Amino acid sequence: MTARIGVVTFPGSLDDRDTQRAIKLAGAEPVALWHKDKDLKQVDAVVLPGGFSYGDYLRTGAISRFSPVMETVIEQAKSGMPVLGICNGFQILTEAHLLPGGMLGNDHLHFICRDQKLRVENADTAWTVDYESGQEIHVPLKNMDGRYVADERTLDMLEAEGRVAFRYVDFNPNGSLRDIAGITNEAGNVVGLMPHPEHAVEPLIGSGRTDGLPFFTSILKKLVNA
Amino acid sequence: MARVVVDVMLKPEILDPQGQAVQRALPRLGFEGVSDVRQGKRFELEVDGPVDDAALARIHELAESFLANTVIEDFTVKVEEVAEVGK
Repeated sequence: MTARIGVVTFPGSLDDRDTQRAIKLAGAEPVALWHKDKDLKQVDAVVLPGGFSYGDYLRTGAISRFSPVMETVIEQAKSGMPVLGICNGFQILTEAHLLPGGMLGNDHLHFICRDQKLRVENADTAWTVDYESGQEIHVPLKNMDGRYVADERTLDMLEAEGRVAFRYVDFNPNGSLRDIAGITNEAGNVVGLMPHPEHAVEPLIGSGRTDGLPFFTSILKKLVNA
Repeated sequence: MARVVVDVMLKPEILDPQGQAVQRALPRLGFEGVSDVRQGKRFELEVDGPVDDAALARIHELAESFLANTVIEDFTVKVEEVAEVGK
């Protein structure tokens, strides 16, 4: 008996297969979900993967947010289902208003791809319990629209409530306000971040570290113990 | 048929690096005296039937929920050539 974790494929998703692989490596069962399908196939959690869904037309995540699958994801997320948005998935979550703030083009106007150091600021969310608060990790980052913005009041609220889940360390790669790399909703079941933990789950590839794997073991632990 | 124009701009407090890049290019092109540029989006909607209050209300809703993300952007809705149509 293991947890079933859905991974949505939108037209233009790139990292759905890597995400499925990461879920499998963590010991859970990945379930492919399709953007046109409202049915979540009774999964216990959902990951919205990276990529350029719907070509990033209008705004990143703006069209995906209205896809049939998202109707169900939004509804279930509000009643507690864990959802992780990685990169484009994070952008979709802000467009869906499941997470506050918005994502804009990098302040330097270039695509960026690098190994990024992050600090885990909140190790209590459904997706981060296998980290320690304050732990520094290295995870690949690759994006064009990674600049997290929100008004001052929202930023202060996120800080005060411990909802800045990840922060860029040493180098802010995109001009994100307050070095924010990822945030969580109030309940801790919905988490979004720009860097790609699913690309850091095997020693053979990427930075040679497996710093991203605890995302997927965290959710498994959360779901199996639930 | 009438045209309704929705203009979408980043909120004034949000950094617009694209606009800044355009502004910085201006002196090189011989355009002096422009201290700031901000770049936005313009949507032209060709609407079937009369653009009455109900139609405008629906377009406003569309702009608010889809064409603009009001967390980061402001928008305006206007009927093109409204002056001539109205008088």
